[in-house]
Amino acid sequence: MTRRFYWTALLTVFLSGLPMVSAVAQEAETAVPASEISPADTAWMLTSSALVLMMTAPGLAMFYGGLVRKKNVLGVFMQCMFLMGLMSIVWALWGYSFAFSGTNPYFGDFDAVLLKGVLPTWDAATETSLVPAHGTIPKLLFVIYQGMFFIITPALICGAFAERMKFSTMCVFMVLWGTFVYCPVAHWVWSENGWLLAGDFAAIDFAGGTVVHITSGVSALVCALLIGKRLGFGQEPMPPHNLTYTTLGAALLWVGWFGFNAGSELMATPRAVNAFASTHLAASAGLLAWSVAEWVARGKPSVLGASSGAVAGLVCITPAAGAVDPLWGMVLGLAAGFVCYFACTTIKNKFGYDDSLDAFGVHGVGGTLGAILTGVFATKAASNGSFSGLIDGNAVQVRNQIVGVGASVLIAVIGSIVLLKILDAVMGLRVAQDDEVQGLDLSQHGEEGYIFY
Amino acid sequence: MKKVEAIIRHFKLEEVKDALTAAGIYGMTVSEVRGFGRQKGHKEQYRGAEYTVDFLPKVKLEVVVDDSDLSKILDTIIASARTGQIGDGKIFVSDLDQVIRIRTGETGADSL
Repeated sequence: MTRRFYWTALLTVFLSGLPMVSAVAQEAETAVPASEISPADTAWMLTSSALVLMMTAPGLAMFYGGLVRKKNVLGVFMQCMFLMGLMSIVWALWGYSFAFSGTNPYFGDFDAVLLKGVLPTWDAATETSLVPAHGTIPKLLFVIYQGMFFIITPALICGAFAERMKFSTMCVFMVLWGTFVYCPVAHWVWSENGWLLAGDFAAIDFAGGTVVHITSGVSALVCALLIGKRLGFGQEPMPPHNLTYTTLGAALLWVGWFGFNAGSELMATPRAVNAFASTHLAASAGLLAWSVAEWVARGKPSVLGASSGAVAGLVCITPAAGAVDPLWGMVLGLAAGFVCYFACTTIKNKFGYDDSLDAFGVHGVGGTLGAILTGVFATKAASNGSFSGLIDGNAVQVRNQIVGVGASVLIAVIGSIVLLKILDAVMGLRVAQDDEVQGLDLSQHGEEGYIFY
Repeated sequence: MKKVEAIIRHFKLEEVKDALTAAGIYGMTVSEVRGFGRQKGHKEQYRGAEYTVDFLPKVKLEVVVDDSDLSKILDTIIASARTGQIGDGKIFVSDLDQVIRIRTGETGADSL
């Protein structure tokens, strides 16, 4: 009863504010007749949007799902699957608005809540629909494409608290985290007025190295530390239950990443081709680097290592995809393969935190490395004049990249700590000990992943 | 009557089954088991974590035989399951009090 009352009250307060705020900014909208929208760019961005959705499930769901013990496989699948639904709705209701509307350089506002200003209107005079545009594509397509990023970013964090977090708390945490951590950083980096997009501290983040990988990776580390280790961590074996899932999940991520990185151009241009090629070569080089590192250090190249290396390369090239040429992309991938291998093996073991599936080791570390190296290797030639880095004679870009990293790390750490502390007091972060032993599949969802008769 | 339980290598199962069938047994039960004996386990590595796997997978087969057939059956199993390497497995033999065929109610050697 009381719980329902709170929700209703919250919704009422929220919706009652809408008419006031929505009347403010109307002029800036650019709406064009449907015929002026580019069919080619629209086709590519529809494809890219679908590819990025595929990264969360089956891509990430399988990549992560294979790494847990079999009693928790549905727990992971459900986190990914449920976030596809949950975050999409949040995005349409207010997430997009918080991330992309308004003129404040730090925070979005309520102007585009409930897709306001995004949907086509009927123009009776010309007998045609006026389509709000974002560049050459419908704004609605931009909203959908960005919404896919809003799904995968929180899903990446799930790797840190796998096998022990309470499902209900995870849902609330992700809604709040998306609203108060993801949306501000997306606003800084990608919205027209964001303080990291232009101006003194203009940073290069082509496809979301800071917005997606640093925020999720750093928040993942905070989760691992505050939620604590899995029961029996370090004492009992916790090997992956199905590395075939993990390998195929990594391969799906690789394919989906073309939509993520080459799609971030928002058009079908030569720079999108550059992003595609540098993404592919970075993944390839990352795969080789991690495998070789293992081969040398441990005598055998593992399938898990090859898969992890490819993902590390993909993470690292993300901010750089449309800014560095593919040969430098290869270098970024190589660097990520070696550095993330070191982070996931040596560093993690040294500090003893239980980042179950290495969300920090791959996304936090690889994302940071990529953000900084982007400032080194960006060229005007690769980016059609948009970006230049250290090798192009623009040393200040490296500083800007570090500022961008620092700001993202700061908001991710503070935001995650505050949210987790509040939720710990209100709802509790972990499942009960018995439930953890039983496994999340049964204790949280009442199902088992594998029933063979 | 005797119950013979043999722990053998997976890839020897077909050979042992064929040999036992040729030797005249009427039926057998097989299960997947894990355990250890003199054969050591192995190490597995997943990213930074290293695990020693002590319990190795084996196949356990169970055959019930009349006392007079016992030595022939044991010889058959030993001959067909052996590779000569550590890890070939073990055979356990025990006395069996009673056997009943559920469909007819027959007991003892008749029900084998």
